[in-house]
Amino acid sequence: MASIAGQKSRLTWAVHISVALMVVLWLIPTVGLLVSSFRTTDQISQSGWWESAFPVEKAFRDRIPGEGETQADGAYVLSGNLLTDGQNARDLKPGAKIVAFGTSGIKPGAYKAGETAQTEAGTMTVNADGAYEVTSSTSFEGSGPRVYFVADMPPAFTLSNYRQVLFSDGMGQAFLNTLTVTIPATIIPILVAAFAAYALAWMEFPGRGLLIAAVVGLLVVPLQLALVPLLRLHQDVGIGQSFVGIWLAHTGFGLPLAIYLLRNYMVGLPRDIIESAKVDGATDFQIFMKIVLPLSFPALASFAIFQFLWVWNDLLVAKVFLPANDQTKVMTVKIADDLLGSRGGDWGILAAAAFVSIAVPLGVFFAMQKYLVRGLLAGSVKGG
Amino acid sequence: MSPILQGIITIALGVGGCIAYFYASNLVLDKVIFPPRGADPGRNINRANMVRPWLFLFPAIAALGLYLAYPVVGSFWRSLFNRNGTEFIGLGNYQKLAADDTFRQAVFNNFLWVLVVPALATFFGLMAAQLTDRIKWGNIAKSLIFMPMAISFVGASLIWKFVYANNPQIGLINAIRDAFHLQPLDPLQIPFWNNFFLMVILIWIQTGFAMVILSAALRGIPEETVEAAVLDGANPFQLFFKIKVPQIMPTIVVVWTTITILVLKVFDIVYATTGGNFGTQILPSYMMSYMFRDDGRATAVAFVIMIIVLPVMIWNIIQARKEMR
Repeated sequence: MASIAGQKSRLTWAVHISVALMVVLWLIPTVGLLVSSFRTTDQISQSGWWESAFPVEKAFRDRIPGEGETQADGAYVLSGNLLTDGQNARDLKPGAKIVAFGTSGIKPGAYKAGETAQTEAGTMTVNADGAYEVTSSTSFEGSGPRVYFVADMPPAFTLSNYRQVLFSDGMGQAFLNTLTVTIPATIIPILVAAFAAYALAWMEFPGRGLLIAAVVGLLVVPLQLALVPLLRLHQDVGIGQSFVGIWLAHTGFGLPLAIYLLRNYMVGLPRDIIESAKVDGATDFQIFMKIVLPLSFPALASFAIFQFLWVWNDLLVAKVFLPANDQTKVMTVKIADDLLGSRGGDWGILAAAAFVSIAVPLGVFFAMQKYLVRGLLAGSVKGG
Repeated sequence: MSPILQGIITIALGVGGCIAYFYASNLVLDKVIFPPRGADPGRNINRANMVRPWLFLFPAIAALGLYLAYPVVGSFWRSLFNRNGTEFIGLGNYQKLAADDTFRQAVFNNFLWVLVVPALATFFGLMAAQLTDRIKWGNIAKSLIFMPMAISFVGASLIWKFVYANNPQIGLINAIRDAFHLQPLDPLQIPFWNNFFLMVILIWIQTGFAMVILSAALRGIPEETVEAAVLDGANPFQLFFKIKVPQIMPTIVVVWTTITILVLKVFDIVYATTGGNFGTQILPSYMMSYMFRDDGRATAVAFVIMIIVLPVMIWNIIQARKEMR
């Protein structure tokens, strides 16, 4: 028995490790982009995002100002601070520390911070906090020596990418457009589908089975088929490429899933409740509004989440049914058509744009996961 | 009018209009057309009840018919005309497709996608479902693996483009190659294999979907079968592959086909990463490259996709009808 128990626990460890590995593999790409969205383009090209939590060493070059030399012990002395007053002060974030320095470009880090280097005519000392002292037996005559140093830059994160994409690159407008497309396109199909689902679940009439089969069939019709004929139709009736057009399109495309999910759920409602209501003289309309609709809330929520995610994330329908200008572009189109082209190498900006576009779906996802899972199950596993 | 205001009005009109339609049409049916009075009230009630389902169904049927059923016919009809729709050319667009190397490549690549993506997504999903069911923090793990479902295909493409970037300071793949002192390369430009790097993106997204559904199916397996197998001395692997997997086979098939359909529709990934260059074209992105330029050719491609989807559609309908009985 003991050996079996030992084997069990080893297996449990294997399970823990493989799940942890899988989770890490699945998370890493997203985390990488998230971290990068808070870094400047310089930082991104200098070090990988996986190093961003650690200080980065960077080499600098400076010339010590020659004015203000003092005399002490028969030598001329220049002193000051490289980090706060030097030429590189702008690039050096507060918290940067000098690790090493040197007097020639060949060996920029020949001496550790705090050590004293011998120069041709004297000495040079640079401390970690940037304070330096250069001595020389002859006057500097207004021109200080060159100094090279390696500084440890503390991890630094910035919101500048987000500011840039939201206010200068038009993602703010695109965000509003996405919201404008998504909300009506999520709400409108629900009622239409709910009534149809009720009829398909609880009313007896010839052709019901055929209609259900048709809905199941339409579930998988490729959207690509609908694009050209419907755009043509929209143009003929005067809607053209507009918000109204895309609302209608998303409503139509969302209906099969809505009807299917809601019907599957409604069929499972207890028969007694509905029949006793009928016996009490309730009409179908009353039964639907007062009993079935409130009871179907979980299924309605599931569909609403599906449709919300689908419309929010959609690129195809938005590309075809909305005009391609900055006033109406949604975020997916903005990223795919504008930013990836014009800012193809600017990873900070791209990453920030991507996170602006996926923040809301991720929020909805984590807040409403229960309903999402329930909806998935109702849609694919009978009785699951 | 600002689009936001327009949106609010549309919501009000849509929802209000819906309720008004259903309420009014039921009222008219019960009070005006077949009122339950007169010579034979019972017959009128029956008649009203025969009409009522169609009142409930009408808006949905109209929308489905217009937005999904009509386009199947409309697209096919359009695909028989030339690029501006002025001249009937029969199957000319399809002949042009057959002669086009890019189209043949798109078909071949799509075939690879259909072969690889559903298989791997289902496999990883099944593994994740089985493994997470056995541990305490399984639900957290599940929700993290499931998370890419919420990310748009465009967002996911960007996330992975970053992983594949050919600067070893940016792209993780090249950072790893760099650690082994290998030259950096752009995974999205390696002929043939770049297709698989793109598939990774969709597998990454769809594994969570497969996992959630298969996990529910695994939990639905009757305890007795598992217990009996344990008593008979089955080891964990036998238990999984010989007892559990055969019992959830129908669900595996559903997951597999659902992802297959998706693969045939997703154009976003190829569009946002390679734009169909470097031999990565697939049918949906090939179609988009003709959209707005040559509608005849675009609809012909769409119809080809429809024909490929058709067997799955028929199979789904057969399954649905079986379940209803």
